[in-house]
Amino acid sequence: MLGYLIRRILQMLLALGVLSILLFAWLRLLPGGPVSALLGDRGTDEDRANLEAALGLDQPIYVQYLKFMGRIFHGEFGPSTGVRPGYDAMEIFLDRLPATIELSFLAMLIAVSLAIPLGYLAASKRGRLLDNGLIAVSLVGVAIPVFFLAFVLKYYFAVKLGVLPPSGRNSIGIEGTRVTGMFLLDGVLTGEWDVAWDAARHLILPALALATIPFAVIFRITRASVLEVLDEDYVRTARAKGLTSRVLRGRHVLRNALIPVVTTIGLQIGALLSGAVLTERVFNVRGLGQALALGFETRDYTVLQVLVMMAALIYIVVNLIVDLTYAFIDPRVRLG
Amino acid sequence: MGRPQSVPRRTAQAAGEPMLRVEDLSIKFVRRGQEPTIAVDSISFDVQAGQTVGLVGESGCGKSVTALAIMGLLPPRGNRVEGEIHFDGTDLLSLSDKQMRDRRGQELAMVFQDPLSSLNPVVPLGVQVCEVLERHKGMRHGAARRRSAELLDKVGVPDPTRRLDEYPHQLSGGMRQRALIAMALACEPRLLIADEPTTALDVTIQAQILALLKELVTESGTALVMITHDLGVVAGLCDQVNVLYGGRIVERADRFELFARPRHPYTNGLLASIPRLNSPRGQRLKPVPGSVADNIPWQVGCAFSPRCGAASELCRAEAPHLERDEGGAGHEIRCHHPVGRPSESADDARSAQDE
Repeated sequence: MLGYLIRRILQMLLALGVLSILLFAWLRLLPGGPVSALLGDRGTDEDRANLEAALGLDQPIYVQYLKFMGRIFHGEFGPSTGVRPGYDAMEIFLDRLPATIELSFLAMLIAVSLAIPLGYLAASKRGRLLDNGLIAVSLVGVAIPVFFLAFVLKYYFAVKLGVLPPSGRNSIGIEGTRVTGMFLLDGVLTGEWDVAWDAARHLILPALALATIPFAVIFRITRASVLEVLDEDYVRTARAKGLTSRVLRGRHVLRNALIPVVTTIGLQIGALLSGAVLTERVFNVRGLGQALALGFETRDYTVLQVLVMMAALIYIVVNLIVDLTYAFIDPRVRLG
Repeated sequence: MGRPQSVPRRTAQAAGEPMLRVEDLSIKFVRRGQEPTIAVDSISFDVQAGQTVGLVGESGCGKSVTALAIMGLLPPRGNRVEGEIHFDGTDLLSLSDKQMRDRRGQELAMVFQDPLSSLNPVVPLGVQVCEVLERHKGMRHGAARRRSAELLDKVGVPDPTRRLDEYPHQLSGGMRQRALIAMALACEPRLLIADEPTTALDVTIQAQILALLKELVTESGTALVMITHDLGVVAGLCDQVNVLYGGRIVERADRFELFARPRHPYTNGLLASIPRLNSPRGQRLKPVPGSVADNIPWQVGCAFSPRCGAASELCRAEAPHLERDEGGAGHEIRCHHPVGRPSESADDARSAQDE
C-alpha cells in the first residue's frame, strides 16, 4: 500500500514536470504576449523593450523556465501581469479556488444524486418508454453546449421569470463573514442564514448548467453497469434467497454496479473544471474558470501556468483518491 | 391454498401427495416478431419428500429452465410458462411475486452451477449466509452469525467463524460450493433444486459435494431435484431419473432400471458414450452422433430421429407418446423403436454396450 502510494506520487510529479515544460512552451507560442496586451498599439519600441526586460521575457526560454521553476521551490510563483497585476499567481489561485470548488461540488452533487437513481430506474425498465425517455434526455445533456445551456437558463429563469439572480455570487449589500471563501458554506457555518440563502440562489443556475454533462455521463454508465450486474449469477442467487428488493438492490446490485461509476465520477472532475471556464464566464462567477479566461485575454503567462498546473494537480489527486477508495469498495482489488 | 395455518408442515406427505408435482409444464421463449421457441414441452414429474429425482440431458434440453420455473426465477418478460407446479398442494404459478419471495430461500432453495459467479464478489461470505436467516427466520445479526458458522461447519467448511469475514475470491472452488449449499439449506427447505452443482469442480471435490448433498437429503427428508448431464452423478445419487430431450421427457425409470435396461436410443447412446476403465486402450469414445441443432420439432415427429440409428419413416412423421414400458415397474419411454426389445434391436443395443 505504501509502496503503491509512493509510486503513484512519483508518477504524479513526473506528469506535472512534463506538463510544466509543455505548458511553458505552448503559452509562448500563442500570438501576442503580455507586452502587447499591456501596452496595446501605443507603446514605442523602447517601451516594449523595457517592459520585456522588466518581465524577464527577453531572456532565452529555457532560462525563463529554469527561473520560474527555481522560484516555485522558494514558494514564489511570480507576479501576475494581467489578471490582477502585481499579485502573486498562487495568491490569485487561492483567492479564486473556493468559488470554483463550491460550484463544482454542488454541480457534482446534483449530477450524482440524480444520475445514479435514474440510471438504476432506467435499467430496471429497460426498453420501456421511461428508459428511452431518460436516454434521450441524457443524450441532449451530453450534446448541448454548456455555454448555450447556461445562456438559456439565465435568460429563462433570471431575465424572463426573474426568480433567480442572473450573475455573481452574492447580492449587493449581502456580505457574510468570510471563513472558507465558499459563501454558502460560510453562511451555514456562521449561522448567517440570509447570506447562505442568497449564495444558494446565486449558485443554482450555474450549478445546473455545469451538472448536465457529468449527469448524462454518469447516468449512462450507471444504466449500463446495472444492466450488466442484473444478469449476473450472484443476483440470481440473491433472488433465489427470496430477499427483499431493498437488500437485493442495495447489497447485491448497486454495490457491484457502482464500481465503474466511481471511476467515471473521478474522470468527470476534468469535465467540471473545463465546464467551469464557460459557466463562470456566463454567470460572472469570480472563480478559477473566469480567471483562466481573463488570463488568456491578457496573455498572463504566469497566472495561466500556475492555474493550469494546479488544475492538473487537483485532477490527478482526485483520481488517486478514487483509486484508493477502490480497495474499500471492491475487496478483490489489493493495491500493491 | 386455503389451508388453515395450524396444520402441521408435513401434511402433504402424510396424505401420500408428492412434495412437488410438476404437471404439463410448458415454457416458451417469446420474442416480438418471432415464432415462440418451445424450451419445455408439457413435462410432468413428481418428487416425494426425501426422494432424489434427476433431470438429465444435454445443454439446451430444458432442464435448467424447468428449475428456474419451479423457483419462479424466470424473468416475466420473454417467457411464457404454462401448466401447474404443485408444491405441497399449492400451485406455485398462481402465487404473487411477494408470496413466491416469501417461499424462496425458505421452503424452496436452489444451488447453482458455477460457485464463483454465483457468489457476490464484494460482500463477505458471512453476510451472504446471514441474510437468508435474517430475511426468513427474523434472526438478529449476532444469532444469524452464530447459526451461519454452524451451517458452514455442517457442510464441511473448515474454520467457519474466520470464513464469515472472507470474500468469495479468498475461498477454493469446493469451499464456495459448500458455502452455496449452506445458504440453500439455511432455512431447512423442503425442496432443494441443485443445478449441476458439481460441474465446475474437480473430480475429488465432486464426490465430496455429492456425498454431502445425499447425506443432507436423507437426514432432513428434503425433496431433491438434481439437474445434471453427468450420468455418474445420476448413478450415485438419484432415486428416479427423467431423461430430457428437446424439451420433452423421453425416458423415465428408477436408476437401477435405467442403467440396467435403457430403452430409449438416446439414453442408450448416453450410457454407451461413457468411457470405461476396462475398455481396451486406444478405443475411441462413442458420442451420440449429431447435435441438438439437428432436432426436428416434436410437432412434426420424434425430435431425436435425425440422430437416431433406429429411426424409421414413422419416427419422422409422428411423434411417439410417453408410454409405460411393460418390462420394468414405472419405466416409461417415448419411442417407436425402443432398444432392447428381443425381436428388433436387441443385438444393436448389446453390441453398442459391449464394444
